[in-house]
Amino acid sequence: MERPRLYLMRERTFSILPRSIGLAFLTPAVLFISIFLLFPLVWVIVISFTNTALTGPGAANPSFVGIANYAKLFIPTRWLRPGEFGNALRNTLLFVLGSAILGQVPLGLSIALAFHRRKGLLRELVFSAATIAWILPGVAVAFAWIAFLDRDFGTLNTILGFLGIPRIDWYFSYPLYAIIFFNIWRGTAFSMLLFSAALGNIPPSFWETADVLGASAWQRFRTIIFPLIRPSVFTALILVTLWTFNVFTPYLITGGGPLFRSETIPMYTYRIAFKFFEFGRGAAIAVLMMTINFVLATIYLFMQKRRRII
Amino acid sequence: MRVKARKWGYKLFIVLFSLFILFFFVLPLLWLLTAPFDTKATLRVSLPSTFTFNNFRTIFANAFAIRALFNSIVIAGGTMVGVTLFATLAAYAVSRLKIRGRDILTYLLVLFSSVVQGTAAMVPIFLLLYRLKLVDTHLGVIFVLVGGLLPTGIFLMRDFVESIPRSYEESALVSGAKPAQVLRHVVVPVLRPGIMVLAVWSFVQAWGDFLISLIVIRSPTKMPAPIAIYSFYTEGGTPVLTLVSAYALIYALPVVGLYLFVNWRFGFRFFGGIKGSGR
Amino acid sequence: MRRLWLIVLLGIVFGWSSAGVGESIKLTVTARAVRGGVNSALVQWLEDMVFPAFIQWMKEQGKDVQVEFIQFGGSDEALKQQYALDLKVGKGADILGFDGFWIPEFDAAGLVKPLDEIVGLQVWDWEGWAYIPQGMREILGYKGKVYGLPLGTDVRVIFYRRDIFEKAGIIPPGSGLRWQPRSWKELLDTARYIKKVLPDVIPLQINAGTEMGEATTMQGWFMVLLGTGIHMYDFESGKWYGEHPGILDALNFYKIVYVDEGLGDARLQLIPGARARTFEFFRDGKIAMLVEGDWFWRSVLAPGSEWAIPNRNEVVDWAMMPAKEPGAGYRGQNFVTISGGTGFILNPNTPYPNEAWALLSFAFSREMQLAFQSIQPRIRSRTDVPVVGDPVMSEMAKALLPYTTVRPMLPGYPQISYQAQLMTERVVSGLMTPEEAMAAYADALAELVGTENVIRKR
Repeated sequence: MERPRLYLMRERTFSILPRSIGLAFLTPAVLFISIFLLFPLVWVIVISFTNTALTGPGAANPSFVGIANYAKLFIPTRWLRPGEFGNALRNTLLFVLGSAILGQVPLGLSIALAFHRRKGLLRELVFSAATIAWILPGVAVAFAWIAFLDRDFGTLNTILGFLGIPRIDWYFSYPLYAIIFFNIWRGTAFSMLLFSAALGNIPPSFWETADVLGASAWQRFRTIIFPLIRPSVFTALILVTLWTFNVFTPYLITGGGPLFRSETIPMYTYRIAFKFFEFGRGAAIAVLMMTINFVLATIYLFMQKRRRII
Repeated sequence: MRVKARKWGYKLFIVLFSLFILFFFVLPLLWLLTAPFDTKATLRVSLPSTFTFNNFRTIFANAFAIRALFNSIVIAGGTMVGVTLFATLAAYAVSRLKIRGRDILTYLLVLFSSVVQGTAAMVPIFLLLYRLKLVDTHLGVIFVLVGGLLPTGIFLMRDFVESIPRSYEESALVSGAKPAQVLRHVVVPVLRPGIMVLAVWSFVQAWGDFLISLIVIRSPTKMPAPIAIYSFYTEGGTPVLTLVSAYALIYALPVVGLYLFVNWRFGFRFFGGIKGSGR
Repeated sequence: MRRLWLIVLLGIVFGWSSAGVGESIKLTVTARAVRGGVNSALVQWLEDMVFPAFIQWMKEQGKDVQVEFIQFGGSDEALKQQYALDLKVGKGADILGFDGFWIPEFDAAGLVKPLDEIVGLQVWDWEGWAYIPQGMREILGYKGKVYGLPLGTDVRVIFYRRDIFEKAGIIPPGSGLRWQPRSWKELLDTARYIKKVLPDVIPLQINAGTEMGEATTMQGWFMVLLGTGIHMYDFESGKWYGEHPGILDALNFYKIVYVDEGLGDARLQLIPGARARTFEFFRDGKIAMLVEGDWFWRSVLAPGSEWAIPNRNEVVDWAMMPAKEPGAGYRGQNFVTISGGTGFILNPNTPYPNEAWALLSFAFSREMQLAFQSIQPRIRSRTDVPVVGDPVMSEMAKALLPYTTVRPMLPGYPQISYQAQLMTERVVSGLMTPEEAMAAYADALAELVGTENVIRKR
């Protein structure tokens, strides 16, 4: 009895999980990810260099076309025209900037800050409302927002009317703003929950010290809070950016219109791949999109690692 | 005195701010609460001119629509089970095993999964399921959803797992427990809130899935709710507001119910905080 | 003795299976139709009239057949997407409601096949072929082969509201006189007059933009372009018109209507559900003239439909679309129109080709077609099925079929049609001038079909 225990204690590293069992635990996930994620991904890359299609001449005999699909996305004379890739890219960048970077993350952080260390009905209501907005199925919220934004009958215009602002034709005049607004509403809950947890991790002693020092809210934020939650900020930025880049739900509200003014890259891809069944071109767009995401994620990671202290 | 005034001013600001935020989140949803009960539903939010449950009656009489809701339950339920189970196992393994470059790997997988859930991967997914003979099956949809959600799921779980001190497991192992038992009796109870969050999150993602089902499901009897809702359109392609709003409400309720239940029992929050790399 | 029993038993078993007794065949049909919704009459005809009669007929032949109609309520584009995916994986209903102009691209991908390849040459023994002229067969035909049977064809006209015209004083009230413009100038002058006299009414709405899809090309673009003397495609040389004075004239027509003089409401064309809204406005008397297909008359405005006008026959009248000037139209015509057609094709993947063909040909027998006529009169594909029950339809058919043409049945057509819609959208929204829009169109065409197949004539 005694000897085995002593033996164990003398081991240099005590692994909680024997390798074989750990790998067994990993296997189902690895299997699913390999088959249903990595494999399609490689396939997407491959067919982006072909003219695979579902109908039309390219369907029966797909052939290798090199980088033609990519080149078609960047024709200089037409690039920024509504309906082309450049237009979708520009819209997407504005969309991500407006709804994710300047929208969801700061708003989520503000809400988390406003309510941390507070409990009560108001907190529960706000958090639940935001979370429900986040988890409701996309199709349901799409219809609700179509009604909300309607020029003649929509609630938003009615409210603006009370404030003396004339009716705005959201769909027609400001489609991109409309979907930015929508996406902020939709996704803030994630950042809010993330930061709320991160703030909750800060040991109470920090707060006490700040109280004792009589620091103002802004000082507190800048010198104490932000450095402690910095990793969460970047995590939030990465995930939210990634998700916003790829979100498709706004399509159900504006359809990318009018005149492609609210068309983002996912909508553009859908149009190419499933309206015209040009799978090869759709794949090229996907690869490009992934590359952009990759670059953005790398930038974030770099920014996070670079400076330890603000 | 000054400090007290400032404190009260601050509190007032918080209250106003939170009321504004509450207003902001609730407002767009009001339509879903008024239109379904109106015989003449418009896009306006108003107390129903003629209150009725008829819209719901029409929907429940529509076998196709009801079956669609059940299909959604099957798909979302299956995905929830798959993601929760596999992500928890994998997160535990990734956390407790020493795998080199696991941070980078996780980030990469999350990156890939966001693309795969997007529109362009629809094509190879469709072709892949075709080869696997899983087209037009709920299982096919579940598999694709699980594969797509696992990376983020593992990412979310990993921080929950990391926040558990290893001492719990160590003492259990020293007492002679096997790793599987450790997992079941020591880790999981502590992880429960996190598992609940993961379960809700994955259910919600699958419940709202539109694109994958649209491409994979071919038979009308197997179509889930998001696709069925578009059958409540008229001749010219406009939605029949009474039915669409009622169906959207019915479709939204399970998810809200699930959240409220989990929030009440376990508290819906990202416990332990999600830290990025650079811990 | 034992061996005898065995032989008898085997004989019974073989006889049983070869007779197909107890073997139930299930056939499915699908189309863009929902009972009580879009194309409701189609569902009514199939489920209430065709299927019961067919099942009975099959029973008399000793076959147990079940037939089911699978409704589809989405858009035409959504249906096409479903079909493409279904056919690719070898699924789909046995009989598919199909638009003729999808056939070339589906055939190029090997997704659909001609009737005689699915069923066999006995397809040509059917009695109905004698009553379906060549022109009709080509609606669901491609490269000389026939893929299915068309429900009929249609024409496009200018629908106008007599009550508005009378109120404006264009038609003396109660005179029974009809309005018929003979040139674009007369058409536009009428619109201008209405705008002046009745400022709250939209004088003329003609389809433009990508929102309405093929409806823009058919009811809008073609109607204007054909009036300039050219088609979209030059059938003789096998090339597409990319740049041409005719295209420019057509675009300028759109510009006058939507941009310069506000004779039509551009916003109405560009928002979601645009087509439904124009129907609504016309029904409510807010639009004076609407260029649409006869489907509008017989299905949309018909009694019992969502946009039904109670006194339709009194307040709605139609006129032929004029060419730019008399004699300037396509083929030297004074008036222009274009025809399309939907119908039903057989799914090459069907496990029951013979029974499916039996059902299809049964539905297109004289009796069944007459039955459909009784609920929805229109121009049908069989010459022995006249338009009865609706004098307006008969008149429209008689007047316009001589002037009509068809779309080019080529795999590239849908994409080019889309470019045309885009072109009108750019002009109508003021985004581009007609010259710019035409140049962009020609460039896109060159990319789609190759520069050598695009006619550029300035």
